[in-house]
Amino acid sequence: MPLYFNEDQAMLADTVTGFIAGEGAIKPQLRRLRDGNDTRGYDPALWKQFAEMGLTGILVSEADGGLGLGHVEAGIVLREIGRNLTPSPFLSTAVVGATALGHASEDLKGRYLPGVVAGESVLALALDEGAKHRPERIALKAERAGNGFRLSGRKDFVIHGATADALIVAGRTAGSDSDAEGITLFAVPKDAAGIGHNAVRLVDSSIASHVTFDRVEVDGGAVIGEVDGGRAVLDKALAAGRIGSAAELTGVGGGAFAMTTAYLKTRKQFGKLIGEFQALQHRAAHLYSELEIAEAAVIKAQQLLDAGSSRADLMVSVAKAKASRATNLAVREGVQMHGGVGMTDEFDIGLYMKRDRALAEFLGDANYHADRVATLSGY
Amino acid sequence: MTDLEAFRADIRAWLDANCPPEMRRPIEDEDDICWGGRAFAFKSEAQKIWLERCVAHGYTVPDWPKAYGGAGMDPAQAKIWREEMARIGARPPLSSFGIWMLGPALLKFGTEEQKVHYLNQIARGEIRWCQGYSEPGSGSDLVSLQTFGEDKGDHWIVNGQKIWTSYADKADWIFCLVRTDKANKYQGISFLLFDMTTPGVSTRPIKLISGASPFCETFFDNVVVPKAQIVGELNRGWDVAKYLLGHEREMISGAGGSERLNAIGAVVQRNGGIDNPVLRAELAQFDVDALAFAAMGEKFLDEIKVGKAHPAQPNMMKYSGTELNKQRHELLMAAGGSTALEWESAETRGGTPARSWLRTKANSIEGGTSEVMLNVIAKRILDLPGA
Repeated sequence: MPLYFNEDQAMLADTVTGFIAGEGAIKPQLRRLRDGNDTRGYDPALWKQFAEMGLTGILVSEADGGLGLGHVEAGIVLREIGRNLTPSPFLSTAVVGATALGHASEDLKGRYLPGVVAGESVLALALDEGAKHRPERIALKAERAGNGFRLSGRKDFVIHGATADALIVAGRTAGSDSDAEGITLFAVPKDAAGIGHNAVRLVDSSIASHVTFDRVEVDGGAVIGEVDGGRAVLDKALAAGRIGSAAELTGVGGGAFAMTTAYLKTRKQFGKLIGEFQALQHRAAHLYSELEIAEAAVIKAQQLLDAGSSRADLMVSVAKAKASRATNLAVREGVQMHGGVGMTDEFDIGLYMKRDRALAEFLGDANYHADRVATLSGY
Repeated sequence: MTDLEAFRADIRAWLDANCPPEMRRPIEDEDDICWGGRAFAFKSEAQKIWLERCVAHGYTVPDWPKAYGGAGMDPAQAKIWREEMARIGARPPLSSFGIWMLGPALLKFGTEEQKVHYLNQIARGEIRWCQGYSEPGSGSDLVSLQTFGEDKGDHWIVNGQKIWTSYADKADWIFCLVRTDKANKYQGISFLLFDMTTPGVSTRPIKLISGASPFCETFFDNVVVPKAQIVGELNRGWDVAKYLLGHEREMISGAGGSERLNAIGAVVQRNGGIDNPVLRAELAQFDVDALAFAAMGEKFLDEIKVGKAHPAQPNMMKYSGTELNKQRHELLMAAGGSTALEWESAETRGGTPARSWLRTKANSIEGGTSEVMLNVIAKRILDLPGA
């Protein structure tokens, strides 16, 4: 399969680009929400519009009311979200949550997926325990209780956790904290007794929760996949979220780069456009190269995932690591090349820098994924 | 089964039956590469058979038209060919500047007669070509070249000197940039083809820091070149030259899955282990870059075949690919320790690690320096002012 969009994908990209650049732009969304002290983390009206265009169900099977498309298509949406820094529950809900629920019982799907597809509900992944992504270590205890389970422990960096209708929670049902197996995934409804949220605003104005589980009881029907065998579904959701965040990062990097090259063509110093200086030209050209390579890695990983290839796992980590590093370079160079105005809140370039940080951290940063590339390669 | 699936099955069956086992082992040194040409000595019978079998089916240049010695594959078929070759680790049956550089230029600028004549020779590996571009005073500023062709009616008399002519001492013919109008800088250059045995042509190998001499100085002393041996229009050779440079840069970038740009962490682990966490981290970062660049190479080839790539994109590929390859060999030297320093030992097959490391330093100079590549990206892709 060639590494460029087919006709349908190109059409989708056209539609989505126009839609998000209009409705999801920085001023009417990110700045408006941030400056209005929004506590929800997204605009429900915009989420509804996503649904009207079918985007909320992009990874949901047609049988479950979605479009049944793949990671290349989801990535098209994410890239534009990234380019416009649109606050959106798309990644946590339509990508990570929907992928996990795709492996759930008909009953669970029926409980949550229609709301997702309709743009009326939001899902959040409650996985990390601590400040860094360590999915191989799960300590949150899930003990059998009656015909269900009792959950005790805490989760951190739960994006959209406070407003989610359900949390996708990874709990320990067997073995010790660092065992790969013995994990069970649960869909925990937001009103379950014993859940405590401490919602905090992050540097990019998104909102994440520290969630505590104090003997939270869920019934057996809340289990996604197999009891003790949740790792298989979790890995699928993680792959979707990682390549999704990589795709969004390429949008963030591309947006920052577009702003920066535009600035190089308008700002004058020493009687010249600063883009005439070779010192800046070479750095811009290097950055262009890195962003192109990151995009190629991302679409390659998306295609491999969509094809169910055994090489997908490795390439997803390559893509997340490469996209993180390239985009990080784009935002750092972006602020530096803007000079003083790059430090002001008025200019958007700083918003790109903030978003890059938060997104790079989600489901494993560049160091995590480079380490994973080494491990998967056998060293 | 779709047409492409059937095509893949046919190619796979043909390769299984026809690619000799010796030709499925990794290329270890220069000798393993089949360059073709009048004086080429095959290293093995397998190398010869592999070339002959591929020539018979047009597989040395699978995406060239059949009339010119190719197999007439479309982009999707040619990709399948590359994938199936890579699957069994098959060596290219033939490697040559004719295939990578002159061929594409002739396909675009050559007359029908030139295409039939020269392209078939290239496809069959009969003529080995070299490239006469750089001159002592014209490196990055190539367009200032001085080698002059004096108009003598039905022929030119060429005088001058080229440098960095890869394998000029082994080549049969040269494609050469010659000034045919001294008053016009860009539109005063013609693209000429001539036989290296023509009286007045001489070469002198240049010894490099690697100890090898892949490049030569090439001298032209009253060399007669018939007028029919021009590609493109008189004084418009710069257009041909630039087009060809795109292909040269693509070749040097390593796009298309050449093995040297693959990940190396696992290789180092097998050859002695990684006992240092800082080295492991550097290898991991490199592997991320190498695997991402391999995807870029695949994407670039897919896009260029259907005209989706930016015309200046080969400059980006060349820049990134060569910088990556230099880094690869720095890491291999660091990992190899004192063994990698050995210059002549049997264990290192004559100092292969060190010589390869030194050879890669030319990658970001030959075919346009990294600095020139960045200039071109800034100007033609990013459209920055004054570039």
